[in-house]
Amino acid sequence: MKKIYGSAAEALEGVLTDGMLIAAGGFGLCGIPELLLQAIKDNGAKDLTFASNNAGVDDFGIGILLQSRQVKKMISSYVGENAEFMRQYLSGELELEFNPQGTLAERMRAGGAGIPGFYTKTGVGTQIAEGKEVKQFGGEDYILEEGIFADLSIVKAWKADDTGNLVFRKTARNFNPPAAMCGKVCIVEVEEIVPRGSLDPDNIHLPGIYVHRIIQGEHEKRIEKVTTRKREDA
Amino acid sequence: MPWDRDQMAARAAEELEDGMYVNLGIGIPTLVANYVGDKDITLQSENGMLGMGPFPYEGEEDPDLINAGKQTITELSRTAYFDSAMSFGMIRGGKIAAAILGAMEVAENGDLANWMIPGKLVKGMGGAMDLVAGVRKVIVVMDHQNKAGESKLLKECTLPLTGKGVVDRIITNLGVLDVVEGGLKIVECADGVTEDELRAATEATIV
Repeated sequence: MKKIYGSAAEALEGVLTDGMLIAAGGFGLCGIPELLLQAIKDNGAKDLTFASNNAGVDDFGIGILLQSRQVKKMISSYVGENAEFMRQYLSGELELEFNPQGTLAERMRAGGAGIPGFYTKTGVGTQIAEGKEVKQFGGEDYILEEGIFADLSIVKAWKADDTGNLVFRKTARNFNPPAAMCGKVCIVEVEEIVPRGSLDPDNIHLPGIYVHRIIQGEHEKRIEKVTTRKREDA
Repeated sequence: MPWDRDQMAARAAEELEDGMYVNLGIGIPTLVANYVGDKDITLQSENGMLGMGPFPYEGEEDPDLINAGKQTITELSRTAYFDSAMSFGMIRGGKIAAAILGAMEVAENGDLANWMIPGKLVKGMGGAMDLVAGVRKVIVVMDHQNKAGESKLLKECTLPLTGKGVVDRIITNLGVLDVVEGGLKIVECADGVTEDELRAATEATIV
């Protein structure tokens, strides 16, 4: 089965619809599926719900879909870098469900692993626990969290072969594997598609069974906070 | 003289022992890395890295290599990368020995509030709730009082909680306190701060 598509727009054809739940990889602006996000903007699909750790910045990442009012709801752990997000949220235009970061990652992983719910001690006794089932294990309280079953996953990897085996690079891996796992359809954008056999089978970070469509493209890879140290004098 | 930011960070670094895997929060906790000396400490960055190195030299920033504060960093010879689910698996699973975090309020029963001020800009808890729930020892580094001179070590937190009964040790500009049965116990006072001054600056019960 052919998994390689010519462009992000082509890869979204017949998959992207209004009102979908989309799981997106990335942490801050690192390892985000920037080409697919731009193509979703160009497509104009609306009322989208995104499960994504962050919401990008105003003019990059999911931020561009907030500007075009295509997002109905965000499921995120931290949205502090996005002024437009705050404006829409405070005016009631945008729904927001805060998830602790590890709970969000595990909800995605669980969804992809066929686990509809799990108990965690994260958030016990906080606002996050309100309305959730509490169960004791070994005398300690845990709350029930549900797996995320997304309609679509959009992720970014470093390299893919044509079967969809993926390799990520450094901390750009982050949410990409769990986000990829939890969608009915997963589209991945990579910097390089390499021939079958050129990736070490012992070093595949996510096997191609989770990947349905692949595109290759140029990535801006914007840095959110450049921090450096001075070179000490030799 | 109360401790300054660097002295607080240096005092927090004394809590770390050889061989520990540690997660440092944003702000003063980040400075702790400057004071670990020769100790063999592995820093975790919850976005998917063990063995976090220092900031890169100018021109050597890598957009694929950032810490949980989204700052560019470097790797070390010991570095390992992994995804967010595994990263929080090791946090939730109690594999991380200690987390050093900032706080807005701590209560005498160990409740911690550090993620939200209602009515103000709400940014989200990020990984803070997972860290305080899962890490084996939670050390808070914070100013003892707010700008109005009111104690931030309280009988009960007034802000939404990050975790309930999760704090083990508090390092402030005035001294070090442990959360124990019945309240807080003074471990030491900052240089030149008396125990009476520390008590007077604290709303929480001191036992």
